[in-house]
Amino acid sequence: MAEDIANSGTLPDSVDTRLPPKDAPLLRIDAVEKRFGGFVAVDELSLEIRTGEFFALLGPSGCGKTTLLRMLAGFESPDRGRILLNGQDIAAVLPHQRPVNMMFQNYALFPHLSVAGNIAFGLKRAGLPGAEIADRVAEMVALVKLEGLEKRRPDQLSGGQQQRVALARALARRPQLLLLDEPLAALDKKLRESTQLELMALQRRLGTTFVIVTHDQEEAMTMADRIGVMESGRLEQVATPRQLYEAPVSRWVAEFVGDINIFEGTVEARDGGRLTIATRDAGAIVAAAPRQPGETTRICVAIRPEKVRLSRRGPVADAVEIGAINRLEGVVTDVSYLGGLTGYTVKLDDGALVRASMANIARLDIDSYAAGQRVVAWFSPDDCVVLER
Amino acid sequence: MSARRIFTRPARIAVLAPYLWMALFFLVPFGFVVKISLSQTAIAQPPYLPVFDLAAGWSAIKAAFVALSLDNFRLLVSDNLYVLSCLRSVIVASVSTAILLAIGYPIAYGMARLPKSWQPLAMMLVIVPFWTSFLIRIYAWINILQHDGLLNKILLALHVVAAPVVWLSTDTAMFVGIVYSYLPFMILPLYATLAKLQPSLLEAAADLGASPRRAFWLVTFPLSLPGVGAGVLLCFIPIVGEFVIPDLLAGSDSIMIGQTLWLEFFTNRDWPVASALAVVLLALLLLPLLIYERLQRRQLEGAQ
Amino acid sequence: MAARASRLTRFNIAALALGFAFLYLPIVILVIYSFNASKLVTVWGGWSLRWYGDFFNDQAMLAAAWMSLRVALVSATAATLLGTLAAVALSRGGHFRGRTLFSGMLYAPLVMPEVITGLSLLLLFVALDAERGFWTVTIAHTTLTMCFVAVVVQSRLGSLDRSLEEAAMDLGCDPVRAFFAATVPLIWPAVAAGWMLACALSLDDLVIASFTTGPGSATLPIRIYSEVRLGVKPEINAICTLIIGVVTLVIVAASLASKLSSARGESAAPL
Repeated sequence: MAEDIANSGTLPDSVDTRLPPKDAPLLRIDAVEKRFGGFVAVDELSLEIRTGEFFALLGPSGCGKTTLLRMLAGFESPDRGRILLNGQDIAAVLPHQRPVNMMFQNYALFPHLSVAGNIAFGLKRAGLPGAEIADRVAEMVALVKLEGLEKRRPDQLSGGQQQRVALARALARRPQLLLLDEPLAALDKKLRESTQLELMALQRRLGTTFVIVTHDQEEAMTMADRIGVMESGRLEQVATPRQLYEAPVSRWVAEFVGDINIFEGTVEARDGGRLTIATRDAGAIVAAAPRQPGETTRICVAIRPEKVRLSRRGPVADAVEIGAINRLEGVVTDVSYLGGLTGYTVKLDDGALVRASMANIARLDIDSYAAGQRVVAWFSPDDCVVLER
Repeated sequence: MSARRIFTRPARIAVLAPYLWMALFFLVPFGFVVKISLSQTAIAQPPYLPVFDLAAGWSAIKAAFVALSLDNFRLLVSDNLYVLSCLRSVIVASVSTAILLAIGYPIAYGMARLPKSWQPLAMMLVIVPFWTSFLIRIYAWINILQHDGLLNKILLALHVVAAPVVWLSTDTAMFVGIVYSYLPFMILPLYATLAKLQPSLLEAAADLGASPRRAFWLVTFPLSLPGVGAGVLLCFIPIVGEFVIPDLLAGSDSIMIGQTLWLEFFTNRDWPVASALAVVLLALLLLPLLIYERLQRRQLEGAQ
Repeated sequence: MAARASRLTRFNIAALALGFAFLYLPIVILVIYSFNASKLVTVWGGWSLRWYGDFFNDQAMLAAAWMSLRVALVSATAATLLGTLAAVALSRGGHFRGRTLFSGMLYAPLVMPEVITGLSLLLLFVALDAERGFWTVTIAHTTLTMCFVAVVVQSRLGSLDRSLEEAAMDLGCDPVRAFFAATVPLIWPAVAAGWMLACALSLDDLVIASFTTGPGSATLPIRIYSEVRLGVKPEINAICTLIIGVVTLVIVAASLASKLSSARGESAAPL
C-alpha cells in the first residue's frame, strides 16, 4: 500500500485521471448539523480532509469533536448536511458498510477473543479466505510489533499493548479513512510520547488518511499535518500546527492553543503595516498588522511568553534595529523553574501581568532573574498578533 | 438516527414474542379476575355466573354484562373477617419488613466491609438459601420449633424454661419464618448499594472531623437509601400476599388476606369472592408496586 | 485514625456470624436429621439412609418429582428464550411504543403475590377451557420466571460497554451480527444464570402450581406441602436434603463457570 502511494507520486497527473490528485479531498463535510434534544453538538460545520493527511480535531470536552468523529464512523447520522467520502454521500450508510474504521477511546477490544482473533474479526466479516486472513493478521501483528502475543487475551496485555491491538484491528481492513478517538488518552506520558512518534511513522508508511480526536494540544501539534480547533460545535480554525500557534484567528484559539499574554486596547495610530495600540494596563504597544482589523478599533494584542524577553537594562543592540521596540517595565513577581525553561511573571508598572519564558541555555544561572527584581520585558512588533476582541 | 437507534429495529422485532406472551398470560388474566369478581357464585362448572359465551350472540353478552354486580365487594366490606385479614396482612408485612431491615442492614454492611476477595463468597452464601426451596426452609423451622423440637430441647436442657414452650402456630413462629425466607431479598439490594460506596468518602468524612459513628449516619446511611427502598419494597409487597408461611407456621385464629383468598378458592370454591379479594389485594399493593417498578426501571436503565 | 474500609469492626463480625448462622443452622439441622434412623423425628437414633430408601420407593412422590423436573426444564428453557429477547428489547430497543407497559409487565411479577398471579392464570385457563396439567403449569412458570431472566440479562446488558458492539459494526457486522459476535459471548453467563434461576424458581413454586395444575398432576412442592401440613415426616427431610444437594452442586458448578468466563471482563450476575 505504501508502495502504491509512492508510485502514484511519481506519475504525471495526466496519466490516470480516475485517480484523485494527491490533494483532492477524500472527505468533504458539508454544513453538517447534529442536535441532541435542544443541544447543538455540531453546528453547520464544513471541512475538507485530503487523501493521506493526518488531521486532528482538537477541542475541549463537549465541543462536539467526538460527535463529529462518530458521524464519520456512522454511529451518529447528521440531522442536516452531507458527508462525502470520495464524492459519495455516506450520511445514510451504516457503519459496517463504510470503508472507514475506528480506533475506540477505550479500545473496545473483544474480551472473549485473542489478539489474533480481534485483528481477524473485521477480515472475517469481509469474507476473506482463511489463508489471506492469516497472512494479514501476521502482517498487522508485525506492523504494531506484537509478535509472540497473538494468543493472549486483551486482559493479559498492558495498556500500551492493548492500544496496539486496537490499532492493528482497525487497520487490518485497510480502511480509506482511520478514525482515532483519543487513542493515547489511557497511556502514561512517556509511553504516549513514544507512541505518538510511532503512529506518525506508521501513518506515513501506510499513507492512510488519519483523523484523530484529542483534547491534548501537544499531541495534536506533534502528530497532525493540519488541526481543526473546535468549540461549541463549530470549527474555530483549520490550519497547520505552526499557523495555529503563530497566527491564531481568534482570541479563543490563541488562548486555547498554548500560553499567551493578551492585552486589550484600542487602535491609536496606523502607520503602514504598524499599529500603535493603547492598552488598558500595559501602556502603548506597537504591533505588526498583516491583516487590517477593519473598522473595529477595539482589539487586543497577543504575545507568546517565549517571545517576550527580559533584561535588566532594556533591549540590546539587535533589538534596537527593529525600530519601534515594545519596552514594558515592571517587577518580577513569580519564577518557576521547569527544567528546559524558566517561566517568569512580571507585574508591569501599568498594572498588567506579563508572562515570559526563557530557555535555560546554560547550566549555571547566569541569565536568570529573581522575584522582586526590576526588569524590562521587551518584544518585537512582528511577534505580536492583533486579534479582534 | 443515532448509534442507539441502529439497534432499534432488530430489537423491536425481538420484543414481539415476549410482549405478546406477557400480554396474554399476565395482563389479560387480570381482566378475567376483575370480571369474575363482579360475577355471582354458582354451583356449576365453572362455578360462577354469568358466563360470557360469544357464540350466544350479542344480546346474551349484553344480558351477561347487566348481570355483573359489585355484590362481592359489598360483602368484603361488610364482613369483619375480610377487613381484619386485610389489616393483619398490612401489619404483618410492615412489622416483618422493619425486622428484616434491622437484621439485614448490619449483615449487608458487614459484607460490604469484608475484604474484596471475600465478598463474592459472602454474596453466594446469602444467595444459596434463596435457591433452595422456600418450602424446605419453612419445613426446617417446623423441625426446630415443634413441641419436642430442637429449640425446646435446648431451652429445657439449659433450664431456661421448665416446660416446653409452644412455638408452632404462633405469630412468633410466623415472623421467624418470614424473616428467614425474605432475608436474602433484603440483604442483596442493601449490599449492592453499600458495596458501591467509595471507601474514600468515609475517609473524607473522618478527615473532616466526623467520628466513625457520625460518618455512618451522615454519609453511609443516606447514600444507601436507594438500597433500603428496594429492599423494603422487595419484601413488603410479596409478604402482604404471603400464603404458605402463615399457613404453616401461624395459628389459625387470625389469617392473612392470601390465606383468605386461598380458603375461598380451594375450600369454599367461591371463585367470585376469591377474585374480589385478589382485586382488593392488588389495589392495596398498587402504590408500592408502581414505586417498585419505577425503582427497578431506573436501576436497570439508568446506566444507559 | 478512622477504620479503613477493609477493616472489620467487632460489630461487623458479629453481624456476619449471627446472620450466616441464622441462614444456615436450620438447613444444617434438617440435613442432619434426614440421616436419623429413628422414626421419631426428634429422637436421635443413629445414622441411617432408610428415609432416602423410602423416598425412592414412594411412587407418588417420585411421580411428582418427575413432573416438577419436566416443568422446570421446559419452562426454564422457554423463559430463557423469552426473557432474553425481552431484555434485549428493553436495553437496545430505544423508546418503542408500549415500552412502559412492557417493562411494567416484566417487573411486576417479580414481587406480585403469587396468589394473584396463580388465580388470574387459572381463570384464564378456565375461560380458554384448557385442560389443566403439565402444560398449564409450564406456561404459568414460564410467565413468572421469564421476568427474572429478563432482569438478570438486562442488568448484564446494561453493564456491557456499548463500544464493543460499535467496534463490531465498525469492523463490518450489521447490527444483528454485531450483537451475536460481540455481545452474546459476553452475556451468556448471565443467560445461563437466568436459566438456572428459572429452573430453581419453577422447582420451588407451590402457590402458582397449586392454582394452575389439574387433578392427578401434582408437582413436588404440592406433594411436600400436603405432607408437611400433616406434620413432620423423616422422609420429607430426606427429600429436602436431596434437593439442597442438587441445588448446591448446580450453584457451585455455575459459579465456577462464571469465574472462568469472568476472566474475560466483568463477572456474571449470580442472581
